[in-house]
Amino acid sequence: MDSEAAPKPETAPGLPRFSVPHFLRRLSPERIASLALIVPSVIAVGVFVYGFIGWSALVSVSEWNSVKPDYTFVGLSNFKELFGHFRFQADIRNTVVFTLLFVAACLTIGLFLAALLDRGITGEGLFRSIYLFPMAVSFIVTGVAWRWLLAPRAGVNLLLERSGLGPLKQGWYTDPTVVHVTSGSRLGEALHDAGLGWLASPDFGIPVAMISVVIAATWQMSGFVMILYLAGLRAIPEELTEAARVDGATEFQVLRHIALPLLRPVTLSAMIILGHVSLKIYDLVVAMTQRGPGFATDVPALFMFETTFAGSHFARGAAISIVMLFSVSFLIIPYLIWSLRREARV
Amino acid sequence: MRSWRFWLLIALSLVLLLTLAVACGEDEEEEGVTPGATESPAGLTGELEIFSWWTTGGEAAGLEALFALYPDKCPGDVEIVNATVAGGAGFNAREVLTTRMLGGDPPGSFQVHMGHELTDTWVTTDNMEPLDSLFDQEGWSDVFPQGVLDIVSYQGKPYSVPVNIHRANVLWYNKTVFEDNNLEPPTTFDEFFEVADALEAAGITPLALGDVEVWTSVHLMETVLLGSLGADAYNGLWTGETDWSGPEVTAALENFSKMLSYVNSDHSSLSWDQANDLVISGDAAMTVMGDWANADYEAKNFTDYGWAPTPGTDGMYDALSDTFGLPKGAPNPDAVTCWLRLVGSKEGQEAFNPLKGSVCARTDCDSSLFNPYLQSAIEDWKSDTIVPSLAHGAAASQGWVTEIVDAATAFVTDKDVAAFQGRLADACVGAEVCS
Repeated sequence: MDSEAAPKPETAPGLPRFSVPHFLRRLSPERIASLALIVPSVIAVGVFVYGFIGWSALVSVSEWNSVKPDYTFVGLSNFKELFGHFRFQADIRNTVVFTLLFVAACLTIGLFLAALLDRGITGEGLFRSIYLFPMAVSFIVTGVAWRWLLAPRAGVNLLLERSGLGPLKQGWYTDPTVVHVTSGSRLGEALHDAGLGWLASPDFGIPVAMISVVIAATWQMSGFVMILYLAGLRAIPEELTEAARVDGATEFQVLRHIALPLLRPVTLSAMIILGHVSLKIYDLVVAMTQRGPGFATDVPALFMFETTFAGSHFARGAAISIVMLFSVSFLIIPYLIWSLRREARV
Repeated sequence: MRSWRFWLLIALSLVLLLTLAVACGEDEEEEGVTPGATESPAGLTGELEIFSWWTTGGEAAGLEALFALYPDKCPGDVEIVNATVAGGAGFNAREVLTTRMLGGDPPGSFQVHMGHELTDTWVTTDNMEPLDSLFDQEGWSDVFPQGVLDIVSYQGKPYSVPVNIHRANVLWYNKTVFEDNNLEPPTTFDEFFEVADALEAAGITPLALGDVEVWTSVHLMETVLLGSLGADAYNGLWTGETDWSGPEVTAALENFSKMLSYVNSDHSSLSWDQANDLVISGDAAMTVMGDWANADYEAKNFTDYGWAPTPGTDGMYDALSDTFGLPKGAPNPDAVTCWLRLVGSKEGQEAFNPLKGSVCARTDCDSSLFNPYLQSAIEDWKSDTIVPSLAHGAAASQGWVTEIVDAATAFVTDKDVAAFQGRLADACVGAEVCS
């Protein structure tokens, strides 16, 4: 701390556009006050976020597998064991399936609703509120409500039965089926010939039960995407769409060739926000389906909690949390870099 | 010059943090005053926190009955705090307990299954006080069966007081359904499959299962292992003497797989008591559940049920027990010790067990206090071979049980016996019992 630049790292995150030399020359009372307010939170974040991330990383390479801490270094063997564990393999499959379906469904429905509301219909405020309201509910409540709605002997199935559509009844989240390419099928043989025969297994299928969870999550989050898109649509200059219409473009062509390209930043932001929600999902699954039949709806966070606190496999639990951290980082860090660059350009 | 300002700033914020910390600390001290007053000559005072997963029906009533007896047994002015965590045969409660114990905030006493669940988790890691002097004072070595004393002890010292005994290997059936179809409750697996085929032909679900909480399928599996292997080989599974990869275990798992083909299709969305409802309504004929199912039938005013040992387990008592111990560093240890005296006493067990629907761990309880099923269980308890339950913590460590539960979750869906047996064998190695 001998140089004059010493306080800089402490303050830089909160105050990005400061004239640094000037700041170092004079500490006005307001600045002391603002620093005094920031330092406790910097310390708290340092300890409780980064400190504990570091500690988890340490535990994940240790041999701690009972309630008694054991920090013997074992390298990456916990990770190796983890990726070979049948439950974690199911978790990875489920997370990928859930993320893809959930993000795609939210974007499609959100864009569709936004395009409808953008027509300037009467009662727009009312509809906007109705679609956004599920956001105000916690995932736990959503999970409980949809567990009842999709229970095999209640809710949607009862509705289908009473309205004479009995054959459409589903097992929903109790359906253990995993849709996958069978090795005997024509596609399976084609994959085999291409050296991709291992793809024809339930490990690379779509668990049907997961679709119920996707429905519940989409119900909750698509209104939020709608709001993002609506704001994006309103920001598109009127002249552009007008010019396209004058040139004879249909409404769909306007959406496809004018609006969508201009909405790309919105889409990216929405994908990042939804993506990190889905990679870390826990509360919805706990309240709605738990692990599901044959781990059809199991997710890494659930496995982490159970193996750590019910099974006392602390090192394995820490390894799962580190894998989750990395998977979210792969999504978030490129986005942060991209948005910082954009800000710098503006 | 700037440098001293910087340090002044750091110092100021530290002072701020310290002030906050001290302010919080003072709150805690104020709360801490109450336990300090236990020295009062009039008797015990302060708070006594009892941690359990007894939240509903007969089990909650039994716990309340024990609380009501506490002031008689332990004069003074102790306020009992009933700390419960609902659900999952204690799985949820154990998760909470782990964080509390590791965080240095143990409850006064906590409900824990006798056997490896307590020993491997908390005794071997030096988190419990030995209770040998209490057992001597109360003369408990004479009133508890030797089999139970062995299970609650580690290196010759007891670490918890058993309050009850439950039996896991009971087949419950709807009498009317069996009479209407001219069937007898099965005693072997062959008979079971015959009966199940006949029921299925009559349009009745043979076996009700509700495994939304996965321990129920593990519970079913353990009774099948016991029935197929016999008591000695079953016990050997938990000591490494019986080979998990052997043909006997394969045959047992095939029985399990075949049994699963006779269960209700919506089993993964039901809880065990909802599966009981299927037996009550006659939609299903049988269910395999511990004898807490008996309390569930009583609570639902259903009397048309019969019981038998699960196939192949006649003369075997697959036992589990709820026990209480004294954690190291527990607040108000005198009040806890008195609680343990109550839990192990004749009057405590006679008040608790008829309500909970279990039998006394002591052998000297008055059996006229119990309902017909429990009276028959008391007789069996005296004569049967006692084996430890897997799903309920007596047979194996928590880490091992969670691995078996995970393997069973996959098996109930994919029915892949070879993969399941491989995973079970791996789990035994992972638990450092097999090599």
